[in-house]
Amino acid sequence: MDWLGLYNYWVVIVLMMAGLYILIARYNMVKKMIGLSIFQTSIFFLYITMSKVEGGTAPILIDDPSVVYSNPLPHVLILTAIVVGVATTAVALALTVRVYEAYGTIEEDEIRAANAAEQDA
Amino acid sequence: MMDQLPALQVMLPLVGAPLIILLRHPVWSWAFATLVSVLTFLVSVALLLQVSDGSIIRYSIGGWEAPTGIEFYIDQVNAGVALLVSGISTVVLVYAYESIKRSLDSSRHYLFYCGWLLCITGLIGIVITGDAFNVFVFLEISSLSTYMLIAFGSDRRALVASFRYLVLGSVGASFILIGIGFLYAATGTLNMVDLAARIPDTESPRAVLVAFSFLTVGLLIKAAIFPLHGWLLNAYHHAPVAVTAFLAGTATKVSLYVLVRLFFSVFGTEYSFGQLFLNWVLLPAAVAAFLSMSLVAIYQTDLRRMLAYSSVAQIGYIVTGISLATQTGLTAAVVHIFNHGMVKTTLFMAVGCILYRTGHAHIPSLDRLMSRMPFTSTAFILAGLGLIGVPLTAGFVSKFTLISALIEQGWGIAAGLILLSSVMAVAYIGRVIYLILFRESRGPAVSNEGYREVPISMLVPMYSLLALSLYFGIFGGQSLSLAGSAAETLLRGYP
Repeated sequence: MDWLGLYNYWVVIVLMMAGLYILIARYNMVKKMIGLSIFQTSIFFLYITMSKVEGGTAPILIDDPSVVYSNPLPHVLILTAIVVGVATTAVALALTVRVYEAYGTIEEDEIRAANAAEQDA
Repeated sequence: MMDQLPALQVMLPLVGAPLIILLRHPVWSWAFATLVSVLTFLVSVALLLQVSDGSIIRYSIGGWEAPTGIEFYIDQVNAGVALLVSGISTVVLVYAYESIKRSLDSSRHYLFYCGWLLCITGLIGIVITGDAFNVFVFLEISSLSTYMLIAFGSDRRALVASFRYLVLGSVGASFILIGIGFLYAATGTLNMVDLAARIPDTESPRAVLVAFSFLTVGLLIKAAIFPLHGWLLNAYHHAPVAVTAFLAGTATKVSLYVLVRLFFSVFGTEYSFGQLFLNWVLLPAAVAAFLSMSLVAIYQTDLRRMLAYSSVAQIGYIVTGISLATQTGLTAAVVHIFNHGMVKTTLFMAVGCILYRTGHAHIPSLDRLMSRMPFTSTAFILAGLGLIGVPLTAGFVSKFTLISALIEQGWGIAAGLILLSSVMAVAYIGRVIYLILFRESRGPAVSNEGYREVPISMLVPMYSLLALSLYFGIFGGQSLSLAGSAAETLLRGYP
């Protein structure tokens, strides 16, 4: 088995884990969103890699039976997923702005402290 | 016209949402959203009548036949779930008018109702689509609008709750996306019927296994199954109460439906439960859910938070039924999806009525609410009894079926634990009922003197849903036979 031959998938795994780690380990809401975006991008990468056919060209129909095409469907799916990802990021950043207006901070630990203080009062 | 009903089911709210942006007027946008929701409900009823004889509607979008094109696949099971979503949406929308008028600035009402329609678009779309990738797209439509609806909560903590849900929900949805990708890699198709046919003889069973794991974890997050329920508590607590009432009855139920559909129809019962021992993952999680969450619910001081914990516990009952993978177990799960949807929505609507008059849902200050808000209190008590599972209520029917399914399988211990959890439910609901009915107030003369009953437009939807849940409690045989045939359809898999 040629492990390095699948290096695209290794990149996917590294990006995915890096994204998840940032998402879990960081308290800053904007950094969390960066983590989520990296995580989602790794999935786009996974789909695109999957559709690659060895020696395949762009899926444009020509009259030559010897030509092989890359699978266009995952590209189309990922186009949709990218739009969804952009929408998610937009909603998250809008929420971050609102949180900043309401709390004066976007650090989750400070927000938690503010909430706890409110509860005690 | 009748042929186009499956498309209308999704298109009505989807087209309605941007029209509300154009309307802008707070009252008109509410009226329009309610009208659209009623029409969607009528379409669901028509669809359910068409498939009630066991037939299946397969609607190819744009005339592209499956598996090339995207199709809507409607049978008894998902027509029922679509009916639940559109029905609860309609009832809660009627209720929401007064509730939202009180808690939200009128210049933002149209955005709220627009988000609401997008949310039902997504939820119904998830349910009726027959295409795996389409599930992801509709899931994100419903999730994004849900984040928005939660953020409309009057407390600033609603924003944080919404953000947390967004992070967890997006991770869940991304996991589902990965799972779908691997399924496509292994089989070369996205159509769910086609997937079910091709999975057994795939060349790469390991890719199917990976897909299965990712999809399971993603859906466990979306369905708030213990221990992945963290987002639900704050979201239910801080969202506008009308949104909580709607979500409690629909959002997690739709995710559970997808879970059931994938396990039983797409992957097949034999694969999910025979080869992969899924029941040994789901059952411990479910038991831990209803035991720990019922226990924690007893110690809550906020009514909304108590009910949120109870929701996670009730999802545990549903998952117990699913994990049995038998006819009776699945019947119990399906019937509990409906019964709990109705009961919990009624309870949250009653909490909304209390909030409407008192401005808070602090449990200790509820004492002798009965004398001030008799109708709201009665509704809360009756729905609360339904949540516990007292005979003649809807909760009894589903719990009884679940326990008999467990005993049938020889899992008597789990049945005993369900009874234990029910005793805890008696404790946390009973405590509130006792306060509402009896306790003389301590301390200074009650600040909530002189509350009046809430407007009739809040009482009527609450009571109609309550009446429905009582009807299904007294005539439990009907709902059981419907759920039974739905369970049979699921266990049989795609024809």
